[in-house]
Amino acid sequence: MPETSAGSRTPKAAADGARRSLGTGPGRLLVALYGVFTVAAASRAAYQLIAQFDRAPLAYILSAVSAVVYAFILFSLVRGGEGARRAAVVCCALELVGVLGVGTWTLVDRSAFPDATVWSNFGMGYLFIPIFLPVTGLLWLRRARRA
Amino acid sequence: MIDALTVAIGVTALALAAWCGFAAYRDEPTKDWHFIGMAVVSLLGIIQLVVGLVQLGSGGTPKDGTAIFVAYLIGAAACVPATGFLSLSERTRWGSATVAAGAVVLAVLEVRLFDIWGGGHA
Repeated sequence: MPETSAGSRTPKAAADGARRSLGTGPGRLLVALYGVFTVAAASRAAYQLIAQFDRAPLAYILSAVSAVVYAFILFSLVRGGEGARRAAVVCCALELVGVLGVGTWTLVDRSAFPDATVWSNFGMGYLFIPIFLPVTGLLWLRRARRA
Repeated sequence: MIDALTVAIGVTALALAAWCGFAAYRDEPTKDWHFIGMAVVSLLGIIQLVVGLVQLGSGGTPKDGTAIFVAYLIGAAACVPATGFLSLSERTRWGSATVAAGAVVLAVLEVRLFDIWGGGHA
């Protein structure tokens, strides 16, 4: 197999420069998933904030926050470089805290959330992907530093 | 008509996901045949978008609202082409994995579309 594999072998791309893009290899899958979640969270938040803000303001604002975080990580992954990598690490950590925090909050105090957010119940409405995504992202960003 | 189309796209999307997932498992990039598969699923998505808009135009009303219905139609039509382009410039197993992920997302969108339209009894 001439192609690089996911395992211990370092990709050929690592040899030709220090500025390795974060959006290649396994990072490409993350770009796709963050893209999906950026679009999903942003369009959901936009619709709900415009059409039915009074029903559950807190939930809709939290959805908007998650959309901003997703968009920023997506931008960092595509841009690449060490600065973007660090910024993405901070945002992924923020995302993880957000999922865990909002997830717990929605379980403890249901009355505060008449309607769901993207991060409600640890992202159950989205197949729990929101809770796996930041963990995978952090692992990938850590490996990208060593490469 | 639209319910049948939704089910058909859901099933073909899952098949595409399995196919590209298998390619990723075998450490292969997406090949010509995969792109033909993506083209078929994408075409179905575009047909669904057109049929959905025509249904709206002829007086049909989705159960959960027109704006959400149209947003999901556009998302479903764009999903597989977008991940297909990503895999064009990622000639490793991860390109295949990306398309597989996009196809799974499409299948989920179809399930939601079925609910949003009020499938079954409408």
